[in-house]
Amino acid sequence: MELSIVWFCVIALLWLGYLFLEGFDFGVGMLMPFLAKDNTERRVMVNTIGPVWDGNEVWVIVAIGATFAAFPGWYASLLSAAYLPVLCVLLGLIGRGVAFEYRGKVDSDRWRAAWDKVIFTGSLVPALGIGLLIATTVFGLPLDAEGNRVGPVLAAVRPETLLGAAAVVGFALVHGAVFTSLKTDGDIRHRARELALRLGPLALVPLGALVVLAQLRSGSGWTWLAAGVAGAAALVSFARLLRGREGQAFAALGVVIAASVVALFGSLYPNVLPSTLDPAWSLTVEGAASSPYALGVMSWVALFGTPAVLIYQAWTYWVFRKRVSTAHIPPVHVP
Amino acid sequence: MDVLDLARWQFGITTVYHFLMVPLTIGLAVLVAGMQTAWVRTGDVKYLRMTKFWGKLMLVNFAMGVVTGIVQEFQFGMSWSAYSRFVGDVFGAPLAMEGLVAFFVESTFLGLWIFGWDRLPKRVHLACAWAFSLATIASAYFILAANSWMQHPVGVELVDGRPRLTSIWAVLGNNTALAAVPHTVAGCFAVAAAVLVGIGAWHLAKRRADGDEPVWRASVKLGGWVGVVAFSALAITGDVQGKLMFEQQPMKMAAAEALCHTEAPASFSVFAIGDVSRQDCESVKSITVPALLSFLAHSDFSTEVRGVEQLVQEYQAKYGANYPVDPALGELSGQPIDYVPNLPVTYWGFRFMIGFGALSALASVAVLWFTRKGRLPSTKWFPRLALAGIATPFLANTAGWVFTEMGRQPFVVAPNPTGVDGVWLFTARGVSGLTAGEVLTSLIALTTVYAVLAVVEFSLLRRYARAGVAGVMPPDRPDKSDDDKLAFAY
Ligand code: HDD
Ligand code: HEM
Ligand code: HEM
Repeated sequence: MELSIVWFCVIALLWLGYLFLEGFDFGVGMLMPFLAKDNTERRVMVNTIGPVWDGNEVWVIVAIGATFAAFPGWYASLLSAAYLPVLCVLLGLIGRGVAFEYRGKVDSDRWRAAWDKVIFTGSLVPALGIGLLIATTVFGLPLDAEGNRVGPVLAAVRPETLLGAAAVVGFALVHGAVFTSLKTDGDIRHRARELALRLGPLALVPLGALVVLAQLRSGSGWTWLAAGVAGAAALVSFARLLRGREGQAFAALGVVIAASVVALFGSLYPNVLPSTLDPAWSLTVEGAASSPYALGVMSWVALFGTPAVLIYQAWTYWVFRKRVSTAHIPPVHVP
Repeated sequence: MDVLDLARWQFGITTVYHFLMVPLTIGLAVLVAGMQTAWVRTGDVKYLRMTKFWGKLMLVNFAMGVVTGIVQEFQFGMSWSAYSRFVGDVFGAPLAMEGLVAFFVESTFLGLWIFGWDRLPKRVHLACAWAFSLATIASAYFILAANSWMQHPVGVELVDGRPRLTSIWAVLGNNTALAAVPHTVAGCFAVAAAVLVGIGAWHLAKRRADGDEPVWRASVKLGGWVGVVAFSALAITGDVQGKLMFEQQPMKMAAAEALCHTEAPASFSVFAIGDVSRQDCESVKSITVPALLSFLAHSDFSTEVRGVEQLVQEYQAKYGANYPVDPALGELSGQPIDYVPNLPVTYWGFRFMIGFGALSALASVAVLWFTRKGRLPSTKWFPRLALAGIATPFLANTAGWVFTEMGRQPFVVAPNPTGVDGVWLFTARGVSGLTAGEVLTSLIALTTVYAVLAVVEFSLLRRYARAGVAGVMPPDRPDKSDDDKLAFAY
């Protein structure tokens, strides 16, 4: 197989990993004001993702870095053409990262309440923005022959990209609720499960609609199959959750997002970023790729790097596998 | 201001800001891992208390390093898309490697370190601290390899007007990078050392009866020695960089000295009296050390060092006298190229870097002297000066970067005099085709958020630094045996 195709798949895989992992911690961040009743419960929620959120976030950094290395034109055109949405994602991620770290550093209700708001917005806005960017890359931008944006500043904000924004937020909410029920114990666990059950059918609709829309535009046999798998996995997830099998429901949601990403990127191929003005100006896997030598270098790094990352990140999840409950939360101790 | 100026301001502000957090994280991470090692080996609780205290300050700072770093990763594509397309084949690889090899390790093992205190066996936990701190150095290496390629492009051929990577080993082993990495990492240790010395001396001077005097003494001693060693390393590696700069970017060298005319032997300007203005570098009268510049450039006292005027002619002959006529260049299209970097900035940037660095090393020596063998000066100025000293290496680092980056102008990828012809890029050609409004929006938004966060971070650091070890170590709980009570950080 051509290395450029391999790297297209690697980038899809990195987005998959990102949506799967950061998906639930976006969800936890967005649900915190609604699920947790008091500060101790909020601390339970933050601590379920405490050891891992930063590691999850690196998936997007590597996805973007790998895009730069493997498809410079894709990186350059997408980020500059969707400048303001990208800025919003960055501002959200800035606030969120600092908020997790600083929220518990001062013992004051006002301080915590302020950071809780940042956690909520800082989870919502990047989820929206990432969804919008992924949909943008799938449905294209008004690009000229050089790959520069022609037309309005907010060319990336259109109905189908807004659907993408809703899709990621919806998925993150369900994923976060199931994750909370999987990682906590006590009252909050049951509330999270209830919420996931009530939310699930509705919140996954935009994701389904996005995937189907992409297939209608440019799907092929196997990408339709992936879309079907995503739908089926969603049903399985719901059924398992009804039975109280949170772990299986969570894994099934993983299949949902994996199959969705496969269907979306599969229908995007052989483009990486279509031009809505003239198909001849679309950035393609072939045309936008770096040289075979550069891709070869990257392949060696990825070949050894990726398994290592998966192993030690999995180990982290194993080390912190225990459920967290209010009984585990020590009293506040800060200067 | 046009898109170019705005984008430059934005890049400069966000990057310099990122590099305020970075050196403290790198320096403290390694020193904290060392403290924890001392604790695991000796069992002396003094070292545990040091680990917890300095580790906490590192964490408060780390969060800001991470979030400002994310901006860096996206910025090249956002504001410098033409640059990104030009360099992507070469530049992307070290950036992606940094993520895959360094950032994943950093973030994962830091999580394990923070939350793993009661969870992991002692030695495994210690290994996490080392994995984290060595990964910060790895990340410095990869990003500096990328940056050094912009200072001195190697390992490429020119295909269709763009550099194409031919040897990753040339890029990773670029002599510019091999000199910049130890220099920058030593700069990171200088920062951490000054923090240890400043805060430690302040606590010592407070003479609190919290039983932590040994902690502060050990911290001051460690910081003092690290500071002295770091500065020596900075001077040695800086000298190597100077020699490379002489070969690779002669204009930067001339600008750093505001050297108008070619001189042989060339004298080093210690301090300028009067204006270092670019229109007329003749007016610069400075106190000079004869022949020193020749020595810095080439290790002997007679080498000719070319001045700005001669270099401008050489550059014009080699790289063109005018910008091409190209609408993407805006008002620069077809205009003469100004090859002289901003003289006051480069001249003073170089001197502030060395000067503030030297001050911080002096402060280290002074504090070591005043606190030797259990002594402690009782004067009021001692803790104040020690605290003020913390700022010096931060200023030196910032000055170093501003000098390095601005001295490279008008190129964003500087030409390699012995490299492949055509592999260079003017900064003006690198910028994205955006509207000024977009870039201005992000400039204002990011600067505002950064300013607010600077206040927050500073006040948190101050609060934790003041409170001492007690602030980060809860008193022993009676239910300690219950290992379910985790060392939660949040
Ligand atoms: C000499 C060292 C150095 C330099 C020149 C830079 N950085 Fe940095 N960066 C680090 C050293 C570092 C670090 C010490 O490794 C940080 C600080 C906190 C951390 O997690 O890692 C970091 C964090 C950090 C992160 C977040 C990583 C995470 O989430 O864990 C990103 C994406 C970047 N950086 C990217 C950049 C880019 C694109 C730069 C170039 C303009 C840059 N950094 C300059
Ligand atoms: C790999 C690391 C780095 C890369 C790739 C890089 C690249 C760039 C680029 C593309 C620009 C914009 C063009 C320009 O205006 O000159 C720039 C400018 C600048 N960079 Fe760097 N940089 C790096 C590291 C740093 C760091 C760590 C700092 C300091 C903390 C820094 C300080 C600056 C400054 C001050 C400017 C503005 C210069 C000006 O406006 O003329 N750079 N750099
Ligand atoms: C005797 C002292 C020093 C000398 C001779 C020296 C020399 C240099 C030179 C020549 C460069 C530019 C390299 C280039 O652009 O090609 C540089 C860059 C730099 N210096 Fe220094 N320096 C000294 C001290 C310091 C100190 C004390 C610090 C900080 C604490 C520092 C921090 C930096 C940084 C951050 C850079 C930019 C990154 C890089 O290019 O490595 N320097 N230095």
